[in-house]
Amino acid sequence: MYAFTFHRPTSVRQAANLLGKHEDAKLLAGGHTLLPTMKMRLAAPAHLVDLSQIEGLSGIELKGRSISIGALTKHVEVANSDVVKRNLPALAELASLIGDPAVRHRGTLGGSVANNDPTADYPAALLALGATVVTNKRKIAADDYFKGMFETALEPDEIIVKVTFPIAKKAGYVKFRNPASRYAMVGVFVAKRSSEIRVAVTGAGGNGVFRVPAFEEALKKRFSPKSLEGLTIPAEGLNSDIHGSAEYRAHLVGVIAKRAVAAAVETPEVAVSDAPENGA
Amino acid sequence: MPAVAMTVNGKSVTGDVDARTLLVQFLRENLRLTGTHVGCDTSQCGACVVHIDGKAVKSCTVLALQAAGAQVATIEGLAPNGAPLHPMQAAFRENHGLQCGYCTPGMIMSAIDIVNRLGHDLEDKTIREELEGNICRCTGYHNIVKAIAAGAKAMQGQPAGQQAAE
Amino acid sequence: MHATGIGASVRRKEDQRFITGQGHYTDDINRPGQTHAYFLRSPHAHAKIKNIDSQEAASAPGVVAVLTGPQLATDKIGNLICGWMIHSKDGTPMKMAPHPALAVGKACHVGDAVAVIIAETLAQAKDASEKIKIDYEVLTAVVDPAKAQAKGAPQIHEIAADNTIYQWHLGDPKAAEAAFASAHHVTKIDLINNRLVPNALEPRAALAEYDSGTDQLTLWNTSQNPHVARLVIAAFVGMAPEHKLRVIAPDVGGGFGSKIFIYPEEVVCLWAARKVNRPVKWTSDRSEAFLTDAHGRDHVTHAEMAFSAEGRILGLRAKTVANLGAYMSTFSSSVPTYLYATLLSGQYDIPQIYCEVDAVYTNTVPVDAYRGAGRPEATFVVERLVEVGARELGLDPADLRKRNFIKSFPHQTPVIMAYDVGDYGATLKKAMDVADVKGFGKRRRESARHGKLRGLGYSAYIEACGIAPSQAVGSLGAGVGLWESAEVRVNPTGSVEVLTGSHAHGQGHETTFAQLVSERLGIPMDNISIVHGDTDKVQFGMGTYGSRSGAVGMSAIVKALDKVEAKAKKVAAYMLEAAEADIVFQDGKFTVAGTDKSAAFADVALNAYVAHKFTGAELEPGLKEGAFYDPTNFTFPAGCHICEVEVDPETGNTEVVAWTAVDDFGVLINPMIVEGQVHGGIAQGVGQALLEGAVYDANGQLLTGSFMDYCMPRAENFPTFRVETTETKCPSNPLGIKGCGEAGSIAAPVAVINAITDAIGSEDVIMPATPSSVWQTLQRIGGRKAA
Repeated sequence: MYAFTFHRPTSVRQAANLLGKHEDAKLLAGGHTLLPTMKMRLAAPAHLVDLSQIEGLSGIELKGRSISIGALTKHVEVANSDVVKRNLPALAELASLIGDPAVRHRGTLGGSVANNDPTADYPAALLALGATVVTNKRKIAADDYFKGMFETALEPDEIIVKVTFPIAKKAGYVKFRNPASRYAMVGVFVAKRSSEIRVAVTGAGGNGVFRVPAFEEALKKRFSPKSLEGLTIPAEGLNSDIHGSAEYRAHLVGVIAKRAVAAAVETPEVAVSDAPENGA
Repeated sequence: MPAVAMTVNGKSVTGDVDARTLLVQFLRENLRLTGTHVGCDTSQCGACVVHIDGKAVKSCTVLALQAAGAQVATIEGLAPNGAPLHPMQAAFRENHGLQCGYCTPGMIMSAIDIVNRLGHDLEDKTIREELEGNICRCTGYHNIVKAIAAGAKAMQGQPAGQQAAE
Repeated sequence: MHATGIGASVRRKEDQRFITGQGHYTDDINRPGQTHAYFLRSPHAHAKIKNIDSQEAASAPGVVAVLTGPQLATDKIGNLICGWMIHSKDGTPMKMAPHPALAVGKACHVGDAVAVIIAETLAQAKDASEKIKIDYEVLTAVVDPAKAQAKGAPQIHEIAADNTIYQWHLGDPKAAEAAFASAHHVTKIDLINNRLVPNALEPRAALAEYDSGTDQLTLWNTSQNPHVARLVIAAFVGMAPEHKLRVIAPDVGGGFGSKIFIYPEEVVCLWAARKVNRPVKWTSDRSEAFLTDAHGRDHVTHAEMAFSAEGRILGLRAKTVANLGAYMSTFSSSVPTYLYATLLSGQYDIPQIYCEVDAVYTNTVPVDAYRGAGRPEATFVVERLVEVGARELGLDPADLRKRNFIKSFPHQTPVIMAYDVGDYGATLKKAMDVADVKGFGKRRRESARHGKLRGLGYSAYIEACGIAPSQAVGSLGAGVGLWESAEVRVNPTGSVEVLTGSHAHGQGHETTFAQLVSERLGIPMDNISIVHGDTDKVQFGMGTYGSRSGAVGMSAIVKALDKVEAKAKKVAAYMLEAAEADIVFQDGKFTVAGTDKSAAFADVALNAYVAHKFTGAELEPGLKEGAFYDPTNFTFPAGCHICEVEVDPETGNTEVVAWTAVDDFGVLINPMIVEGQVHGGIAQGVGQALLEGAVYDANGQLLTGSFMDYCMPRAENFPTFRVETTETKCPSNPLGIKGCGEAGSIAAPVAVINAITDAIGSEDVIMPATPSSVWQTLQRIGGRKAA
């Protein structure tokens, strides 16, 4: 690790000021992507802005037909949240599949979304559910947020405050892990809402998370795994590495999407409850 | 160098550290608590697992400064100064859940965390899934799984304060 | 049975310190005034080093010294060596290229150490390393062993034309030819035994200290054999004479072979400690370990088996290219030769065997012994041939094995080994019973119902452990003897210290060795200490590898205990005023036969030291005896493992759903520990078959350079293992034991591959059989058996 100055602001405004003041500053949430990168000397921020002392950045809240989750909410809190499990069980399932238990105790929603690792899980949920990223400056629709591998619509001094997930009638997430890293080789989040059906894929794309319109069309006719039978996507533009060729990933997208739909179909239709819950 | 203060195994500790000091380095080098190990540099092996505020974390992926004000528990805190072994420690010995011993402190700290979260009646499959972040090269996990199942049962009825010895 | 004696599953003595965080591994040790070493390594697989400018680094904050390869020569520090001479078939000696501890003039693999920075802190050393400017001229690299000997391949070392280290063979080619000519059927296979990274969980470390007052050097390191390290560093590297060099290997966090070898880093730390006159510490991080710890396996093999019409094996032929990497590591030459080809007879009566092995240099990390070392590779060849042969002949694979098992002992194979004892039919039968092979058809149909392909694979393996006797291995090229030493020191109060040349790094010697002593002397386990791993305490020893510590190390203790008992009887005779011949030793008591006159072991010990009952002319005081034990033969553990898998035809993912191991290790000292060794071995073997593989790109960059890409086995990769044993006593050592440390890793890979190929109906499966590679095979065969 290179030397840096450590900051612990107590408000979002202070944190944003630090980002504005130092060009080479980085935000530290759970640190489970940034710190390993810094240890390898692949990232060298001169200033590290630890968000952990800022109140109000964590917690899970049900508001009408959506769930709002604070940026510093840890994966374990999303995975265990009664509100999420009741209303959006696929999201709780997704959170329970990130990393390992110790990683889930530290890693945060905001950190994952800000980093936009092409093999991370959360981006698939945001895109499939049509979530909204709320920052200290504005609201960004997921459709406009993800800009490719490790790229997002965030401006340099912009800080994610929370993410709002619309509740879906049916949703499912299935992940086929990279056996070594445990990141998604292919992860598919399928969501059926009254307005639309979306299929979002993480892990496979060379350019990060993406939707599969052909699958969405097929599922519109009938929301059943059978609708995706034999469907696949073109291998072009998909990741290809020692763990699997682009062709293999293209094939897996079809298989895993089918399984995600099956998982969605199996979950009981969500009855919306208004019980508030404070994220731990 | 910034100062850091935290509670480790029930004792208040302070130190001046380079900001880039990891919690595991602070424990091993500053406090000489060398039971917490480093087995990888990609946050995967779990040899460095300690508890922060009662939850298992990888101390190689936490800055010492991030743990300021926290309650940290390490393997050395489970049965300090010749106190009777924690039931999970005893279960690892009884079930031959260790060979070279290098992954063991992290395994035991993770195991206690699993019990704290999921209770005392653990199925083998659950234990295997929960050990996703702990790598052992010696045992083939067979006896670790047995040890954790037995340790979980033995932890039942233990006074709450002793569950993780924060 | 004695409660803590041989055969009891005594809980381990060493566990107390490990489960309380009180172990002492090398990195846990700090010395006053200690500095830290950081190695700057070549980013290129093959490059000339035209210039190193370390001026700016040398004056960076905290830097004590920057050292490079040419200075080694100035200080007369010699090269690292390979200690096992292999001659090619034409009689020429192997081509051992110079291996300096820091590269001189040329870097030969990514990770080759080019400079070392010694600084007050590790962070300062790393910071300074970025200020070193190295002018490299990048050369074309060769990575694939199958291409290393090709015309026009880049030449790595001047000494080795076509990158060939040796072209060795074993067996009678003409007789094998004749056997194949008479065959009813010949099975032919091409195999790659994938390159593995050992990944003991404790990374290697070295801490060196120099005492200028006494000119004494001390090295704490993560070694499986500190005495051999001292011998090589003293006699070949020329660092210091043996009596001025102390090597201490304290608690070591796993080895699996990778910590046998003498590595550049420990040499450099010693050298630097004397140069800067301060302790120097280096601890590898995991990424560094991937680039510097000796890798394992990496064979490319074509093999054939000839069968008669009755399904009798008539002959076996194999041609193997073994990749030894950029330099010859300490025992690398022996692995693909005498630890490999000599086991190609497996458990079978094969009249003719011929094996050719070419060892080659490539621009990759050196390759040496890794758990099993040669024997997993041999088992993979033999058991794939038998399995594929059975399928081609339309015979039941278990029946074909039974038909060809060796049934009378001793048995001389055509490839040197003389098997002393075994009962292969018994292990196979028991394994088939435990695995419920009869019920497999039903389970397969059950799997098919939920869309999975189920397969069953056998592995009837044999291994040779102990690696002895010394005279025999010497005639095959070994540079050392392969005996073991022990010293039993009885204290005046009757407690006992046993000094052993074996080294424990997870095997539990402090318990099993004490069990032997407890049983023999009738004293409690708590009164016994096992001392090992320090060249100042133990006079000499050969260390621990090749599953030798039980058969060889414990046998040395038996020999020393025999001497202790004989001496104690003399002391007891004076105490009890009886003839020495009338003294009987049993249950910790010396008794005059036919009387009730007796003396406890502790009383005899005290009398040996106070020496009041005898004169110096009659008997020497004291009770301490040493022994060196050289076995009469290798030991031959063998067994049968049966693996069941389920393959998901949609994803290609393989799940190991059942595992049965039935092994014959001879007499078991501590069944609990033996089972643990089997579990661990299976896990590493399954890892090789399904998960692990070191992959280089064409330029010699290691693509699997961390746990992010190199897949380590995790708990969820395994079912609960079913482990059983059978017993034929080994006649080659006094305890009748054979060795159990490597069996699992030898048996397992081929059992998995035989199961997957059975499941999918194609022999075209590589290791590691990752989901993507199995899926590709399924695509090629058009989902022939896919549900």
